[in-house]
Amino acid sequence: MTPAPLVTAFRQALSEAWASGAGILLPMGFFTGTAMLVPFTLGDEAETLSKIGPGVLWLALALASLVTLERVFQADLQDGALDLWAQEEASISLIALTKTIAHWLISGAPLILMAPVLGRLLGVPFEEMAPAMLAYGLGGLTFFLWGGVAAALAAGVARAGLLIALIAIPFFVPAIIFGTLSLSEGFDGSAILFLGASTLFALGVAPAAMGAALRLAAE
Amino acid sequence: MSESALIQGAALGAVRGERVLFRDISVTVQAGDLVLLRGANGSGKTTLLRQLAGLSPPQAGEIERTETHHWVGHSNGLKAHETPRTHLEHWARVWGSEASIPDILREMGLRRPSEVPSGMLSAGQKRRTALARLKLVARKLWLLDEPFNALDRDGQALLVDMIAGHRADGGAIIAALHGTAPIEATREVVL
Repeated sequence: MTPAPLVTAFRQALSEAWASGAGILLPMGFFTGTAMLVPFTLGDEAETLSKIGPGVLWLALALASLVTLERVFQADLQDGALDLWAQEEASISLIALTKTIAHWLISGAPLILMAPVLGRLLGVPFEEMAPAMLAYGLGGLTFFLWGGVAAALAAGVARAGLLIALIAIPFFVPAIIFGTLSLSEGFDGSAILFLGASTLFALGVAPAAMGAALRLAAE
Repeated sequence: MSESALIQGAALGAVRGERVLFRDISVTVQAGDLVLLRGANGSGKTTLLRQLAGLSPPQAGEIERTETHHWVGHSNGLKAHETPRTHLEHWARVWGSEASIPDILREMGLRRPSEVPSGMLSAGQKRRTALARLKLVARKLWLLDEPFNALDRDGQALLVDMIAGHRADGGAIIAALHGTAPIEATREVVL
């Protein structure tokens, strides 16, 4: 198998995610909005906010990761692109993984860059947030991979957004636990390694699940 | 399987819910053939075509393929952000095609809308773009689902020519068609 189909699928997915503008701006807006509501609900004491800030950002990141996933595979099913991919020699699992990573680069990666800024607004010191970007990056990618599985399963369902959240959120739990732990214990602890392991696990399992779900959807 | 068959489906069947959609349908296609799948709405033409394409597993019977095929389905396969040109460039890269895309766009009458995102194209222009994929790489077998849908008279004439040319080159076509056929078929499979 030549890499041409995967490279091309990647380019197509990048321009697809970029095309409407919603792919990049919507998750950023949602991420900011969710994080900014917290001071209003928990009060504005600087000490409380800076303590819970990193955890709040994990929650906001998990939710913001779900915003754009609905259309990732649903559009392919509706416009017939899935039928074309399903008849290619290239494995549909790898195509789905490629698409998910492309969508993460547009819709997910900018959130990592925003995390230190939002953290600063919640009173988390910048020095603390910069290294935390690695953890948010690993976590965000994991969210997109499991979210991609949910999106593939729900590809044939109208208004699938909530269904995708329902399916994906339980799979977010390990990444959230290790992610939050890794921020409190720093990079010397084992939590960051476990977070990395959960990302690798998702990288290994999610493509096969996405492929199976999409094959079923194409039938 | 007979020697020269490009695809052969034997005793195919499909079930929808509790209902048997069709059963015991056999299709054999040889070089130069145009086989039409005929039947009323809901009789299973698209289902049979998808089974032949390998998209849906047949619920009864067996399919043997020797060739990779081209697929133009009920949906055109265009992404909303793609223009006719970027769509053809995309699949040309996937298939390793060297064909000249400006030439194909001209032949298909798509030169003017070649830079228009498919969300703003007419149904006929989208259909022409999907059919233009057939020219990117030579594949012996074409599977077409209602290929004349949405095409104007020029577009239909263009497709009739493409089909005739493909058959003359030793290719074959299986097409699901519900209306009157603007072209003489080798045989019809009635569902």
